[in-house]
Amino acid sequence: MKKENMRLEAVNGVFGISLTVNGVKRNFAVKNNEFLLNALRRYGYKGAKKGCDTGDCGSCTVIFNGKPALACLIPAFTAHGAEITTIEGVGTVQNPHPLQESFVEAGAVQCGFCIPGMILSSKHLLDVNPSPSEDDIKKYLDGNLCRCTGYVKQIQAVKMAAKKMKKA
Amino acid sequence: MEKNDFKVVNKRALKMDSLGLACGEPVFTDDVDINGMLYGRILWSPYAHARITKIDTKEAEKVPGVKAVLTYKNVPRVPHTTAGQGYPEPSPYDTYILDNKVRFVGDRVAAVAAETPEAADAALKLIKTEYAILPAVFDTFEAMKDGAPVIHDEKDAKNIPDAGHNIAAKFEFEVKNGEWFKDADFVIEHSYKMPYLQHCAIEPHIVITSFDPFGRLVIRTSTQVPFHVRRIVAQALKLPVKKIRVIKPRIGGGFGSKQEVLLEDIAAALSLKTGKPVKIEYTRRETFISSRTRHPSTVRLKTGFKKDGTITDAEMDIVLNTGAYGSHALTVMMCSGSHTIPFYKVKNNIKFLGRSVYTNLPVAGAYRGYGATQGFFAWESQMDIMAAKIGMDPVEFRKMNYIRLGEGSPVFKAMGEGREGVEQVITSIGLYEGIEKGLKAINWHAKKEKNKGGKGMLRRGLGMACMMQGSGIPEVDMASATIKMNEDGSFNLMVGAADLGTGSDTILAQIAAEVLGVKAEDFIVYSSDTDLTPFDVGAYASSTTFISGNAVKKTAEKVREMIIAVAAKILDRKKEDLRLEGGKVIAGDGAACGLSEVANTSLYYYDQHQIIASASHYAHTSPPPFAANFAEVEVDTGTGKIKILDYVSCVDCGTAINPELAEGQNDGAVLNGIGHTLSEELEFSSNGTPLNASFRRYKIFNTLDMPPIKTFLIPTFEPNGPFGAKSVSEIGINGPLPAVANALYDAVGVRLFDSPFTPEKVLAAIKKAGKK
Repeated sequence: MKKENMRLEAVNGVFGISLTVNGVKRNFAVKNNEFLLNALRRYGYKGAKKGCDTGDCGSCTVIFNGKPALACLIPAFTAHGAEITTIEGVGTVQNPHPLQESFVEAGAVQCGFCIPGMILSSKHLLDVNPSPSEDDIKKYLDGNLCRCTGYVKQIQAVKMAAKKMKKA
Repeated sequence: MEKNDFKVVNKRALKMDSLGLACGEPVFTDDVDINGMLYGRILWSPYAHARITKIDTKEAEKVPGVKAVLTYKNVPRVPHTTAGQGYPEPSPYDTYILDNKVRFVGDRVAAVAAETPEAADAALKLIKTEYAILPAVFDTFEAMKDGAPVIHDEKDAKNIPDAGHNIAAKFEFEVKNGEWFKDADFVIEHSYKMPYLQHCAIEPHIVITSFDPFGRLVIRTSTQVPFHVRRIVAQALKLPVKKIRVIKPRIGGGFGSKQEVLLEDIAAALSLKTGKPVKIEYTRRETFISSRTRHPSTVRLKTGFKKDGTITDAEMDIVLNTGAYGSHALTVMMCSGSHTIPFYKVKNNIKFLGRSVYTNLPVAGAYRGYGATQGFFAWESQMDIMAAKIGMDPVEFRKMNYIRLGEGSPVFKAMGEGREGVEQVITSIGLYEGIEKGLKAINWHAKKEKNKGGKGMLRRGLGMACMMQGSGIPEVDMASATIKMNEDGSFNLMVGAADLGTGSDTILAQIAAEVLGVKAEDFIVYSSDTDLTPFDVGAYASSTTFISGNAVKKTAEKVREMIIAVAAKILDRKKEDLRLEGGKVIAGDGAACGLSEVANTSLYYYDQHQIIASASHYAHTSPPPFAANFAEVEVDTGTGKIKILDYVSCVDCGTAINPELAEGQNDGAVLNGIGHTLSEELEFSSNGTPLNASFRRYKIFNTLDMPPIKTFLIPTFEPNGPFGAKSVSEIGINGPLPAVANALYDAVGVRLFDSPFTPEKVLAAIKKAGKK
C-alpha cells in the first residue's frame, strides 16, 4: 500500500482502516483505543483467542506483516495497510494445513484454546526453519502458554509437521 | 472380555473435536455473536473485610448505555454455595449473589450491564460506596482463635460448623487399636505447607445469558458442571429449574476452577433485570483473584514406625485455608486424608483431624488433585524421612508398605466426600510394575551410584513419590447417556458428561463403539446441554471415564439388544446366535446384515420404532489409579536454583481407553505439578491485596522451562471399570512436589517443607544447614 494511503483520520474516535486478512482485503471500523484482537474477533476471526489481554499467554498470536505478533498488544488502527494471517487462513477442517493435521495426529490438542496461537507460531518457525531441532521448537513456542498438555505432544506435533512438509 | 480382544478401546483414536479446534472453529462460549447483547462488569471490593454502609447507584444508572445496576438491595438473598457438587452440597451455604458485606479484596460489590464495555466500566466508577472497614484475618491459625474477626456473622448462612471461630468445615476420625505410638521405635512429626495456587486455564471464565423464544433463560457457559449450574442458579434466583437451559460449548480448560457457579448467577440476574442477553467475561487478573484457587494448606503429619519398616501409627492434622467462602471446604479437606492415609498400611492407630478455615483472602475451591496434592506432599516427603531414619531404601520402604490387591482400609469406610465413605478393597493395582518401570526409565541405580558424594557447585539428586487418587465419588456421583441410531448405521451419543478439553467425548464414543462393533467415528457425540442430554454430575473427581464410561457402556448394551432383536427378524435367526462386528450383525453360520439395514428396517419397514436407549451408572466403589513418579534434579548450590533434568511418571489407570489422550492428561498434570513445585504462588500484601495476579508475575511453565517429561501407562484391568478402565486426569499433579523435595534432599541434604521451592528458599536452607 502506498504511503499517502496510510494517513488516517479518526471520526468520533473511530478509524476506517483497510487491511488484508488471510489474503482478502477488508475494511474495519476500529476505535482509537481498541486493540487488534478485539477488532479481529468482532469482524469474525474468532480463532484469535483472548487468554490474558496483556501479551503474556500467546493465545491471540497472528502473523502480522510476516511475523508472529500478539494481536492484544497491537493498537488496531496501526493495522492499516497490514497483511495479517489468522488461524482461519492457515487451513480449514475440509482442507487442513499439515501443522493442523499433525497437532490432531499427535494428540496435541486438549482444550484447544491455545492451539491457534501455537500453530501460528509453529507455522512461522517452519517457514523460516523447515528442520527445527527440539530446542528450536521450544524457543519458538515459549510465548504460547498451555496448561493442558505439558507441551510434550505439541513439540512432537511440530516435528511431525516439519517432516510432512519436507516430503510434500 | 479379555484385553487382547479390544477393537476400539485401548487403541488409538483421534480426538474428535481436535481438528475443528486446530482450525480455530468458533466453538467456545465467546465465539458467538448475539444481537443486542449487553456487557456485564462487576465492581470488586478494595477491602479485605468491610460492611457496605451506603451504596448509591444513581449516577451510574445515568451513564448512557447503562441498562442495569445491581447491588445487594435489588437481587434475591438466598444463602447458597458456588461449589458445583451433587445435591445437597456438602459445602456450607455462605454465599449470596450480592451481600452488604465484603469478605476479601476482589469480592463482589455490585454489577452493571451496559451496551458497551466502556459504558459499563464508566458506570462502575460512578457507584458511590461507603464502607465500614472491619478487622481482617489472613492466617488460618489466627482466624480460629477466640476473638478473631468473624467473617461469616450473617444469621442466615447454613451448615457452618463454627462460624464464631471461622471454621467452615471440620472432620475427625480415629482408629485406635492400642496405645498411641507404643509399638513405634521412632516417631517423626513435621508440618508441610502449600500456598495459594491458581488453575490458570487459558480460557478465562465466561458466560453469556440470553432468552429462548419461550422466555426461558439460556446460560451458555464455560463450565465443568452444567446440571449443577442449572440447579444452583435456580436456587439463587428463585427460578424453577424448567425455566433454565445450560449449554456447555467447548471449554478452554478448567482443572476444577469451572466446577463452580462463578458468573452464571450474576449474569442471569442482569439478563432478568434487562430482558436482554448479557455477557460477562473475566479478565486474567479477575481470574486470578475472583475465581477459585487451590486450598492453601498446613499438614501436620506425625508417624510412628519400627526399625523393620512397619508403620505403626499415623496422625494427620490438616488445616486448609478456604478463603472468604467455604466452597469445597469439607470435601477437599476430607480427600486430603481419604486419598492418602489408606495408601500405606498403618498397623495400629490412625487419626485424622481436618479443619477448613475462613480468612479474608480469595476463595479456594476444587483444583485437580483435590486435597490429595496437599496430603501427598506431606506423606511422600515423610516416607523418605522415615526410610532414612531406619536406614532403609526409600523405594523398598514404599514397596513394603503400600496397599495390595484385595486389601482395604478402615479409612475408605470412615471418610467419604462430606460424609461417610464406602467400604472397598483394591481390585486392580499396577504400582509394583510402575515403580520398576520408572526406576529403569530414569536409570535410578546407576545414577544414584554416580551422584554419590557429589561435590562442587552443581549437585545432582534423585527422588521419587508414589500416590493414588479415586475414580469418581462412590455412592454419590451418577452419570447417564442416550444413544440413538440413524439410517446409515451411525449413532448419536448424548451425554451429560462435560468434556472440558480432556477428550471425554472421544473416549465415550470409543466405549460405545467397542460394544456395538463399530468405529468411534460412527458416533456423533453431543455433550452437554441440560435440555438435550441426560443428567451427569459433571467433569470432576476423576469420574468421567469410570462413571460416565460405565453409563455409556450400559446404554450401548441396551442398544445392542435392540439391534439384535431387529436383525433376528431380518436374518431369521435366533437372537442368541447373533453378534455385532465390523458394522454388521453376524450369525453363527455367517449370515449377516449391515447396521444400516437394521436401522432402515426399524425406521421404515417393519415393526417401526426408533432404536434408542438410555442408561445410568452409579458406582459403589472408587477404584484408585496408582502412580510412581521419579525426578532427577540438579541443584545450583551457589544460587539455590533447582533444575529438573528428567521426570518420569508411571501411571496405572487400568485400561487406557485412549492411550494417547491418557498420556496427554498425565503430561499436563505433571507439568502443572512442577509449576507448583518450583514457581507458583499467589502472593498478598499485608492488607490482603493480591500482588501477582498476572501471567507475568505468577509463573506457569512454558516450553523453555519444561523438563523432559515421560509418561508410561502401566496396564491393569479394573473389573468395575468400563473395559477395565480407571481414572487418569488428576493423579499426575500429586507427584512433582514430593518427588522433587526428595530429590533436593538427595542432592544437597536439605529438605523444604513449604512450596514453591524457589532459589531463595533453597539457598537459605543450604546456608542454614551449613552445607555450602
